[in-house]
Amino acid sequence: MNEATPVLLEARELSRLFPVRASGGLFRARQMQRAVDRVSLSIRAGEVLALVGESGSGKTTLGRMLLGLTAPSEGTILYKGMDVATRSGEAARSFRREVQVVFQDTGGSLNPRRTIGQSVALPLTWHRGLDARAAAVEVDALLEQVGLAAAHFRHRLPHELSGGQRQRVGIARALASNPALIVADEPVSALDVSVRAQILKLMFDLQRERQLAYLFITHDLGVVRAMADRVMVMHQGRVVESGDADAVLNAPRDPYTQRLLAATPVPDPSRQLAPQRT
Amino acid sequence: MSDPTQLTMTPPAVGTPFQKAGFRRRLLRRPTTLLALAFLALLFGLAVFAPLATGHDPLGGGDSALLEPLSPGHWLGTDDLGRDIWARVVYGSRISLTVGVLSALIAVVVGVVVGALAGYFGGWLDTLLMRIAEFFQTLPRFVVALIVIALFGTSVLKMIVVIAALSWPQLARVVRASVAALAQSQFVDAARVAGMGHGAIIVREILPNVAAPIIVLGSLDIAMAILIEASLSFFGLGDPNHVSWGAMLNDAQQYLRSAWWMSAFPGLAIALTVLSFNVFGDALNDALNPRGPK
Amino acid sequence: MSDSELLLDVRGLSVDIGQGAAALRVVNDLSVTVRRGEAVGLVGESGSGKSMTAFALMNLFPSPLARVAAGQVLLEGRDLARLPPAELRAVRGARVGMVFQDPTSYLDPLMPVGRQIAEPLRAHGRTDGLEARVLELLDMMELPHAARVARQYPHELSGGMRQRILIASALAMRPALLIADEPTTALDVTVQAEILKLLMRLRKELDLGILLITHDLAVVAETCQRVNVMYAGQVVEANEVGSLFAAPRHPYTQGLLASILSPQSRAHSLFSIPGSVPIAGHWPAGCRFHPRCPIALAGLCDSGMPTLRTRGAGADRCLRSDEALAADAWQRNEAAAS
Repeated sequence: MNEATPVLLEARELSRLFPVRASGGLFRARQMQRAVDRVSLSIRAGEVLALVGESGSGKTTLGRMLLGLTAPSEGTILYKGMDVATRSGEAARSFRREVQVVFQDTGGSLNPRRTIGQSVALPLTWHRGLDARAAAVEVDALLEQVGLAAAHFRHRLPHELSGGQRQRVGIARALASNPALIVADEPVSALDVSVRAQILKLMFDLQRERQLAYLFITHDLGVVRAMADRVMVMHQGRVVESGDADAVLNAPRDPYTQRLLAATPVPDPSRQLAPQRT
Repeated sequence: MSDPTQLTMTPPAVGTPFQKAGFRRRLLRRPTTLLALAFLALLFGLAVFAPLATGHDPLGGGDSALLEPLSPGHWLGTDDLGRDIWARVVYGSRISLTVGVLSALIAVVVGVVVGALAGYFGGWLDTLLMRIAEFFQTLPRFVVALIVIALFGTSVLKMIVVIAALSWPQLARVVRASVAALAQSQFVDAARVAGMGHGAIIVREILPNVAAPIIVLGSLDIAMAILIEASLSFFGLGDPNHVSWGAMLNDAQQYLRSAWWMSAFPGLAIALTVLSFNVFGDALNDALNPRGPK
Repeated sequence: MSDSELLLDVRGLSVDIGQGAAALRVVNDLSVTVRRGEAVGLVGESGSGKSMTAFALMNLFPSPLARVAAGQVLLEGRDLARLPPAELRAVRGARVGMVFQDPTSYLDPLMPVGRQIAEPLRAHGRTDGLEARVLELLDMMELPHAARVARQYPHELSGGMRQRILIASALAMRPALLIADEPTTALDVTVQAEILKLLMRLRKELDLGILLITHDLAVVAETCQRVNVMYAGQVVEANEVGSLFAAPRHPYTQGLLASILSPQSRAHSLFSIPGSVPIAGHWPAGCRFHPRCPIALAGLCDSGMPTLRTRGAGADRCLRSDEALAADAWQRNEAAAS
């Protein structure tokens, strides 16, 4: 990864405003709050960028804007140099195809009425225009790639699978359209501890094989350390610190990042919490 | 396999109500449901195969005796014009079912379209559509139907349209609420990222998950529509060219004591039909929303 | 330590779901103790039965199908599992307090929080001094402007504040034992740290016994003195926290510890336990972990349920834990060294 590697996705001064409840009257302007406040970032091909923050940091909103699911209030998003907002035709389609998502699996990321095979086939049908038979072959290949026995799983419904298995399906679906960038929103937070490593390892292996770029949106610094090349720390809509992942986490400069690090529990009994008044 | 140890209070999963274990069993569990279904099947059969069910002409008396009580020749007797009651009840079912089912169908279609658009897109479209729906909802159904028919003349088609126009708002509201909730789901986001357009998402991803309440409300709407049709016909606002149970009741007013069969059987027909649809709708509701062991 | 200091003594607890032949024993022969002023962790993943255990202690199962099938739940000598409902009600809130995972769903959105904290007081017959006690509790919870907070509604408070309200409510009647079921899982990590520090402070100041139920071993490391690890409905290892982390004896515990993402973890060398937790009712014969265990011995581990064997301050349910190779069942140390 160096300066020569092409920039895939770039955001410039991205903001998302929303009106504060019960503000303004008939004639007064409504007060707006910034869920995301003038954030700029760039992701190169094959790079793993982590977006870290707690609730209210704006990281999820930022992710949704980068995916095109939420319209930015201000700022521009460029994909492979082209402005995403004014995109049309082939430019629009290639953006949609090449930027995919893996959600936190809280039970809602897969349509409960569709079989696993049908869910994974969606991007194949809509992005790559494959017919039913070609799609079925591809679906099986994708399921195998994420470690699920296709014959056993393709006819199952989401509620029959465990959390880890559903997450693998989500990854298979994200891979279906041959993306260049995958936005992963808390991909392992809802999973058991012993399963998290399995999924992260899978994502890591896939990244190597397919030269994927990842945008990891997470609150878990452990995930950041394990997976990310670079990290951006967000707090109340703003980026407070960013840089090389190891550098930032070993020597954080911003007080919020320091607080975040200090608060993250470490599995070391010799560092028990001092029970004094905070 | 789902984990039976997950007994914490999570809301029931959306969708696949028909596939949930024992849908048919739950539906047919109560004897009243079976009776209702049997009755409705009989009714539909009679409506479709009316000429086979009776040889008598429902509209003409021929040379039958007037006001004849139950007899082998006339199973349910004859009315004041010598017409066979059984034949009129059988043919009357056609009107009731046609008006009932068609108006409910139209109401469902309109309600689903309006509700889906309002729920999915939100914003000004939602506000506009819901204000329109509210307007229709504030109108008292029967009174308005009465006025419209009285002003614009009677016909089966007008009746169907009017009843449908008054029934769709309730459906639209329910659909809107369900669609709005589902539109926030991650699998809808995933579908958008996968390349599906709005229309495809609404039709293929969201609506199948809303099927349950629509079906239940639809069946209850049929019952309501039949009742309104009977009431309108009772007031003489039905289509005079067709036999209607309500009209039969109107004719029977003078003969309540002398020829009880003129009022009893159409009345029974209305009551049983409405009741059956209600029971069926109720049973569907219970079957689609299992509440756990009784 | 003598038994008379035991606050909570759970002996051989078993929880069944369903009746008769179809009954599923989701918690099997579980024994756990908590002393005054001690924080004990109960750690498990999904399917381990830890939530069921939490519900069982005060008979608060969300489903009528679940019930305590065997064992005793001794609180200060009284068996809660055998108490008639009226007496159990007198115990709940008064002698034992309970805090759950999602504070929002356990608070009434239409009632000011001060009143909600006073609820257990009223429920147990106290009528005066309520306001003073509520303010005292709010202050104990480190909530500034206690009088103002007491008048606020849950939606006006942050997640961390709501959890403090719940803790206040749980401690209103000065119980000796606090059961906390995933109290910080739904909270941000900075808020989690504050809540945990609060709980530790309360433990010290009030000599409170705490049973902390969680999936997060790191949290246990920071807060507890002893820990019990659950797998598939059973306790598979129990020990003092320091000893467990330094020398875990059961292969599952070792695997779990190795799976935790630590500052040293890197993607290419992440460790995970192969396979998945068996579904309730479909447990393998013998040791429930053996299909996933690296040192499982055919003939030994797949026949007959291993019992919990005590060794020193700890206990574990591995038939091979005495052997040398069991100390590093996954051969992580060799892998790290090479």
